[in-house]
Amino acid sequence: MYSASDLKKGLKIEIDGDPCMITNFEFSKPGKGQALYRCKIKNLISGNQFDKTYRSVEKVKRCSLMSRDYTFSYIDGDDYVFSDNTTYEEVHLNDELLGDLKKFIVDDMKVEILFHDDRALDITLPNFVEMNIAETEPGARGDTATNVMKPAKLENGFEINVPIFINEADTIRIDTRTGTYADRVSKG
Amino acid sequence: MPIDSITLRNAVMRNIRAFFYDRAFLEVETPIRLVTPCMELHIDAEPCGDHFLRTSPEIFHKQLLATGYEKIFEIGKCFRRGEMGPLHHPEYTMLEWYRTQADYMDILADTKALLQAVAGIADSVWHQRTVSEAFLEFAGWDPVGNYDEDRFDIDLVEKVEPAFREIGGPVVLIDYPVEAAALSRRKSGNPLMAERWELYINGIEIANAYSELTDPTEQRRRFEACAEQRKAMGKEVYSIDESFIESLEKMPPAGGVALGIDRLLMLIADADSLDAVLPFR
Repeated sequence: MYSASDLKKGLKIEIDGDPCMITNFEFSKPGKGQALYRCKIKNLISGNQFDKTYRSVEKVKRCSLMSRDYTFSYIDGDDYVFSDNTTYEEVHLNDELLGDLKKFIVDDMKVEILFHDDRALDITLPNFVEMNIAETEPGARGDTATNVMKPAKLENGFEINVPIFINEADTIRIDTRTGTYADRVSKG
Repeated sequence: MPIDSITLRNAVMRNIRAFFYDRAFLEVETPIRLVTPCMELHIDAEPCGDHFLRTSPEIFHKQLLATGYEKIFEIGKCFRRGEMGPLHHPEYTMLEWYRTQADYMDILADTKALLQAVAGIADSVWHQRTVSEAFLEFAGWDPVGNYDEDRFDIDLVEKVEPAFREIGGPVVLIDYPVEAAALSRRKSGNPLMAERWELYINGIEIANAYSELTDPTEQRRRFEACAEQRKAMGKEVYSIDESFIESLEKMPPAGGVALGIDRLLMLIADADSLDAVLPFR
């Protein structure tokens, strides 16, 4: 448990079972009154922001967040299944948690998953992933402009925008942080 | 060229002293190290060897009034343990002044004249709200006769102070519930209230004033109640300063105020943190 005077900006705490982060913090002590700790708090699961004022006698629950290394294993219905690199224990991540990142998950990809107790909160992919182009309109020969984009279907069926000179069977590198084409690794 | 905080402080201090000298106030010096700090529920004194550092000079000022001085002021450092933030620093400069045969309204008139003289704040821009009015308007309840300490403190910082920031300029919050009287006397004609006001400027608390409590029996009762509460909270309990209680027997009616100089400088400098006026912080 933290006591209210330990609170500070950036600290992660647990409120009603949810991991939260203090995004703004203000010490306040109204004339002759008690010390108050006014916090802006973000719920790390819902993303909701709210204000909360703690009195100095209040205790605040610590939040134990832990990241562990996993490897992508297989798709099970709507879930993506990863296995723990040391214990081989499987974890299922759903569509909602993965969001757009699921487009860039490839076989045997090494990822980092952030847990609050046993609940997975977030996944971090390697910054770059190499993927093959399964399908795209042929580009004009000799056109190497990188600012003209066209849609292309990746090996896993998801779409991404690529420069016009990219062809089917090319291997490209994608920046998973922005979800955009980075460069061409090899021609198909 | 923007004025630096050292030069600003010097200019404001000169003006403050000139203001009080012009009005025939005596500048006094009272002890900074003391054996018995004035006991208040939420103010913790910084230990200093076998003494404490003062949290306020008020108990000495009242003893001076009891020995016959009529108008006194002091500017000096005070210390409060654990208070740190944009508007708090554990060592800070306080201005206190007291006058006999005066009450909190006389002190308010002094304060308006002082802020006109040192900060150019015109008389016409002042607002005033009783605690009842402010809480009914901004927090939806009246703490007078219905006091709840936690609710009072939290609504004060979450609702009333932000509303005062919106109003802008100086706002006087006046006539506190008697439970929050601290060292002020009960209001004549309404025992549920105390003759205390706090001055806010742009929503920031600047000064705290009383019609001083001069009843030694009542003062002892408040100290004892405070000691009980501090003990229950696990806080250090300070002994009662008997010479102070004794001096109240002879103390004439008086009004007094404590005004935070660092916060005043911060407002004059149009800054939002004490960082701007405390260069060694």
